[in-house]
Amino acid sequence: MSRHTLSVLVENKPGVLARVAALFSRRGFNIDSLAVGPTEHADISRMTIVVNVEELPLEQVTKQLNKLINVLKIVELDPGQSVQRELMLIKVRADAETRSNVLELVNLFRARCVDVASDAVTIEVTGTPDKLEAFIKVLEPFGIKELVQSGMVAIGRGARSITDRSLRALDRTA
Amino acid sequence: MTEQMTGAQALVRALEHVGVDTVFGIPGGAILPAYDPLYDSTKVRHVLVRHEQGAGHAAQGYAQATGRVGVCMATSGPGATNLVTPIADAYMDSVPMVAITGQVASAAIGTDAFQEADISGITMPITKHNFLVTDPAEIPRTILEAFHIASTGRPGPVLVDIAKDALQAMTTFPSWPPAMQLPGYRPVTRPHSKQIREAVKLIAEAKRPVLYVGGGVHKAGASPELLEFAELTGIPVVTTLMARGTFPDSHPQHMGMPGMHGSVSAVGALQKSDLLIGLGVRFDDRVTGELSSFAPYAKVVHADIDPAEISKNRHADVPIVGDCKEVLTELIAMVRADDRKGDYTDWWTALGTYKKTYPLGYTEFEDGSLAPQYVMERLSALVGPDAIYTAGVGQHQMWAAQFIGYEKPGTFINSGGAGTMGFAVPAAMGAKMGRPDATVWAIDGDGCFQMTNQELATCTIEGVPIKIAVINNGNLGMVRQWQTLFYNERYSNTDLQTVRRIPDFVKLAEAYGCVGLRCERPEDVDATIEKAMEINDVPVVIDFVVHQDAMVWPMVAAGTSNDDIKFARDMAPVWDSEE
Repeated sequence: MSRHTLSVLVENKPGVLARVAALFSRRGFNIDSLAVGPTEHADISRMTIVVNVEELPLEQVTKQLNKLINVLKIVELDPGQSVQRELMLIKVRADAETRSNVLELVNLFRARCVDVASDAVTIEVTGTPDKLEAFIKVLEPFGIKELVQSGMVAIGRGARSITDRSLRALDRTA
Repeated sequence: MTEQMTGAQALVRALEHVGVDTVFGIPGGAILPAYDPLYDSTKVRHVLVRHEQGAGHAAQGYAQATGRVGVCMATSGPGATNLVTPIADAYMDSVPMVAITGQVASAAIGTDAFQEADISGITMPITKHNFLVTDPAEIPRTILEAFHIASTGRPGPVLVDIAKDALQAMTTFPSWPPAMQLPGYRPVTRPHSKQIREAVKLIAEAKRPVLYVGGGVHKAGASPELLEFAELTGIPVVTTLMARGTFPDSHPQHMGMPGMHGSVSAVGALQKSDLLIGLGVRFDDRVTGELSSFAPYAKVVHADIDPAEISKNRHADVPIVGDCKEVLTELIAMVRADDRKGDYTDWWTALGTYKKTYPLGYTEFEDGSLAPQYVMERLSALVGPDAIYTAGVGQHQMWAAQFIGYEKPGTFINSGGAGTMGFAVPAAMGAKMGRPDATVWAIDGDGCFQMTNQELATCTIEGVPIKIAVINNGNLGMVRQWQTLFYNERYSNTDLQTVRRIPDFVKLAEAYGCVGLRCERPEDVDATIEKAMEINDVPVVIDFVVHQDAMVWPMVAAGTSNDDIKFARDMAPVWDSEE
């Protein structure tokens, strides 16, 4: 098994997320992470889907995805040729005694403290899954009270954009 | 030119514009607004069925007999959910169909309102696409898009769910046709010339090639091209359940139907082949048997309009994405231009032996009772290849596939992928309405027949004189066959006791205004069929009471290798020892 990051451009229409998610589950694939949001074009949403599959089943699920009428384009992003980020918010136990230690780690990881209470701080951090995992590890001794994490978003490096052509297709039908 | 009208009127107008002449359906609360303008339409005939499942299968039968999009209509909730089975069936067999359902008013959606069901959610995995329309202005364009999606590329069912308030509200009908907005839908029909060249090269090099022909060839209207290509190259042909008639059974190059109940010659041809040329097929498990031992010596050329089918089950050495008509046309041109020609002499010698040694056969019963296979043979001889035959699922379906000689494409309409009981009668009704000139015979089992025979009422009232041959063995025959073979003859819940005449199919037929006939002995078969053929004003039901122990042979047991095919119980063919 290997991790693959798919960028899926879809029409911004109701039910598209359900169609994509249901397709993965009924064809027997597990989604590791999924993030969806608007793009620079109001009619297009972009999903970043991380799946853990072999090469052949990946080809099959990509073909099946392409058959969904609302799917405009699918691009697999090579981790070496793309920027991949997750966002995490962590609430960590931190009283007067331990707070400065926690804040030191926040600085080391280029994270940000977004909320402070008398016995806890809330930290915002972005990065690759590896970095976030490392961050969780160093905070664990202090006591993690709550943790929430986004799906991964990713974009290819360089000047090229994957949306250009799909935009032209949209313009043709408009 | 634009015009003000209700959403319902816009729906009917749009259906007229896309060329719909027949709609099968049942009205109800949410779809009621649409039925009012439908009442006035002079172009669209609505056929009031007795169950929504019948509407769906009738639309499938209509679509498969005419090659056009079949249309069914139902109300929200249970009306819509009763369409689920035919929609799933159409999805599995790639039948172009549009299902139109009423939905509760948009403000009530999500409130568990009376007769509310999330039918677009329910049918998401079994439709090519579906729509939920809440804005009346979107109705005409959505109908156009639905018909376009259903009928192009790999055909399939499309559902359009329309909220009741959208049907009632006023809207402006656009000048026709409105612009479709399907930026993500671009089916590829033209094959890549490099792959065609590659395929032709393999064909010239092959010693034991086979044309493995599926439903996609007829859907592409490519029977003439297939015949030309087969005769040009001299390659043997097998036709799957979905392709019966696509290549004439009587043609010397035809090896029969492959698969679980295929002929020894067809299964053997695939297993011994060194090159499979799959055209409009999907390497279904009922054809391949155990996948790892399927056609073990063969390279694969796989042409299909759906790229997701290629290399899904079996790796394709030469993948060709395209419409089978275009693929075959290009193949023919390329083979003609190529001066190399394959030499298949030894292959034909081996195939000739399979065909001669293991023809399709059956045992007759010593007590003088009727063998179902004999009924099929006589139907084939007396009714002939111009008729359209439909079947449901089970033993009767397999016998109909094996023992009726098909010579023309689209003359065998059955539930292949889904295996839906009750398909035959409504499908025959739809086929007959689409092709009123054709004789339409439904071959049905006594189990299947009891699932949808209420459509006989529709047939009688609408003047649709189909003929139904009920192969009545008193049991859920195919299940019983498996119990015989794999469950120590423990016949758990397969005995329908129909032989006790509960119900009496002749009386049942008469109750529906049809002619009912019964035939229990071989010597009466011809006379009974001939009598049915003389009646053309009302439907005819023949109750063929057959022996319950008749089994479908040959058989490749589920999950086992095609190499282990049995042509009768415990009888395995002896393959040649060349391999």
